[in-house]
Amino acid sequence: MADELTWKDLEVGNIVTEAGNGSFRKTGDWRTERPILDKEKCIKCALCWIYCPDAAIKPSEEGYYESDLYYCKGCGICTSICPAGAIKMIAEEEK
Amino acid sequence: MSRRVALEASHAVAEAVRMADVDVIAAYPITPQTHIPERLAEMVANGELSAAYIPVESEHSAMSTCLGAAAVGARTFTATAGQGLELMHEVVYVASSMRYPVVMAVCNRALSAPLSVWGDHSDAMAVRDTGWIQVFCQNGQEAFDLTLWAFRVGEDTKVLFPVMVHLDGFTLSHVTEPVILPEQSEVDRFLPRFQYPFALNPNKPMTHGAFGPPEIYSETKLAQEVAFSNSKKVILRGWKEFGDIFGRYYHPVEEYKTENAETLLLTMGAFTETAKIVIDDRRDKGEAIGLISLRLWRPFPFEEFRRTVKGAQLLIVFDRCISFGLGGPVFSEIRSALYDEEPRPKVVGIIGGLGGRDMSEDNFDYVINRGREIAEKGSDRMVETVGIR
Amino acid sequence: MKTKAVKFGEKLVPTKEFLAEGHSFCIGCGEALAIRLAMKALGENVIMAMATGCDEVCTTPLPYTSWRVPWMHTLFENTAAEISGIEAGLKILVKKGRMPKRDIICAAMGGDGATSDIGIQALSGAFERGHDFIYICLDNEAYMNTGIQRSSATPYGASTTTAPAGKFSMGQVTRKKNMAAIAAAHDIPYVATACPSYRFDLMKKVRKGAELKGPAYIHILSPCPTGWRYRSDLAIEIGQLAVQTGIFPLYEIEYGRYRLNADPPKLKPIEEYLKLQGRYRHLTGEQIQRIQEMVNEDYAKLKEKVAASPL
Repeated sequence: MADELTWKDLEVGNIVTEAGNGSFRKTGDWRTERPILDKEKCIKCALCWIYCPDAAIKPSEEGYYESDLYYCKGCGICTSICPAGAIKMIAEEEK
Repeated sequence: MSRRVALEASHAVAEAVRMADVDVIAAYPITPQTHIPERLAEMVANGELSAAYIPVESEHSAMSTCLGAAAVGARTFTATAGQGLELMHEVVYVASSMRYPVVMAVCNRALSAPLSVWGDHSDAMAVRDTGWIQVFCQNGQEAFDLTLWAFRVGEDTKVLFPVMVHLDGFTLSHVTEPVILPEQSEVDRFLPRFQYPFALNPNKPMTHGAFGPPEIYSETKLAQEVAFSNSKKVILRGWKEFGDIFGRYYHPVEEYKTENAETLLLTMGAFTETAKIVIDDRRDKGEAIGLISLRLWRPFPFEEFRRTVKGAQLLIVFDRCISFGLGGPVFSEIRSALYDEEPRPKVVGIIGGLGGRDMSEDNFDYVINRGREIAEKGSDRMVETVGIR
Repeated sequence: MKTKAVKFGEKLVPTKEFLAEGHSFCIGCGEALAIRLAMKALGENVIMAMATGCDEVCTTPLPYTSWRVPWMHTLFENTAAEISGIEAGLKILVKKGRMPKRDIICAAMGGDGATSDIGIQALSGAFERGHDFIYICLDNEAYMNTGIQRSSATPYGASTTTAPAGKFSMGQVTRKKNMAAIAAAHDIPYVATACPSYRFDLMKKVRKGAELKGPAYIHILSPCPTGWRYRSDLAIEIGQLAVQTGIFPLYEIEYGRYRLNADPPKLKPIEEYLKLQGRYRHLTGEQIQRIQEMVNEDYAKLKEKVAASPL
């Protein structure tokens, strides 16, 4: 974490040499709702994958596209654009 | 074979940039530095220098363009003065904190208002805190030498800081003087190719310029300060190497006839040469007086400076700038640098040479006499000046 | 085995994310989506310069970065000058034999504030000098990162913190600055408007602008749930309505010649777009009518330009 670094740990010019090292950040903690996929209805169009602002939807096995809950912020864009109504948002507290 | 030519100091700077085989030049006109980009444009147009000459649309963009070029590993140069330096002020800080070794010549010019295109040091004093290595030139030879040296030091992987080379506007920038130009082979021996270790390239994607949340900003500043102060070693080594190859050795503080001096006059920049004439006269008459000139301004040469003033009773500091409500900026830094020294000379400050007002030998005579008067009897003036009606 | 690309009919979109997951853009951010799509079009042979703003702040808190491409940020208003230095630096280093020749796209990105206000001078300079770069404006129609202050890109009637709706104010009283027209006035090879709701159109335009020689300007409408005050799932729908109502038409300009990418036979009423957004909540029927007239005027002007100088 940033507050554990000392001045000696910093690279010259504060350059970050490890590309994409911010990807450890768990933005999944942000959400109050999460998406649930109904595979019966899913037509594998990948619109949810391409329209997720967080790239939190990933291709999964058998050609489906599913939310990576580590990152998913629960915005609901996938739910709103799914042409097959295969995604619905449920409250985060629900199991 | 090195040759001795008559060169305007601005053109001497341009010549150093050419011999350093600079890659990117950001150019914007402002009096009195315009002769530098004009000469460089000629050189590029005639194939004497292979460089990307970018006629930017403002000084803020000039420095920003330099940052981009340095970030991909290009040797970069720009020049400015007065208002131009002020306009790029925020970018000047960034060049240092992002550790890009840009070299910039500044033809010191007074700051508005009122508008003045003529020389003084107020533009330089406004950038004291920006984290650039800064040197002041006295003559055309130094304009050439220090510009060349600037690339060597700034680009050193143990430094990676930008360097400002100050020339008094008009008083130095527009003066034609004899300059010894070295052989290109000597320059190539002195100045290695720029190898920037963090160049932006798709082969190794890096992020330059992440923002600093409170948890880390302080650490970045301490790291910058430590690295900046440590650059002194390379600054000195660069001057030693310069001397070994070109035969001219430079030091952070120049001492002129300071042996057993009771009184010392401190100057910076081109007026040093006028002041030296006054020192010569007074020495001939048996006065124990000498002159010191700060060549290295940042990082402040505490060690060398304190050593040179040991033994003097009085140090008279001549400033070419007023810091409103404070007095002479160099004067106040000098006093602070000597505060803990035992013994230390009495320090007085006199301001003059503003907005192109010349400093004659008579003016420097006045400075020395008035300086002694103030040391003896004190002063009830808000600010001590010379040559101001 | 990890999927390398996703097929959409004939089109293949690579799965590689050059903007890494775990960034801190708001929930449902249209700008994050716009950038994600633009990055897929730009690919990995790119060097990016980015302005201070949402894009920079949500992706690079020291010591972390969300960027998987070479990326640089210095200040707010100088991105176009920065990319000029990058572009010129690369060119001269190749010319002098210091770097092997390689096709590297120089891409600059900035918000509407950074582009049409504080950075317009640097952008104009970079256009005039003809550097080979693509400049992408992510337009969320206000200074969003600092908390929703008005910019010259804020549309007429929108409420922001520095042009708020109030007893004696209807919010923004000026019309949105036409950055595409300003860019086109520099006679650059390519200018285009885009919207993340039209994903392939956006990616195609970014790719086109990146590949051609000379300056390219892409103006991307970036719906902002926080600043426009709409429900977090509506970014795509709002972007579609912006285009379908004609308030943000999709078009291209190549050396002053126009192509309208979508020209619906009848534009949807602007109210359908406005009513989804809290920043327009205060508008009276009369004011909405005025906005409808302005949209009609602007759209008609655009169609005139298309008719006068078609591509």
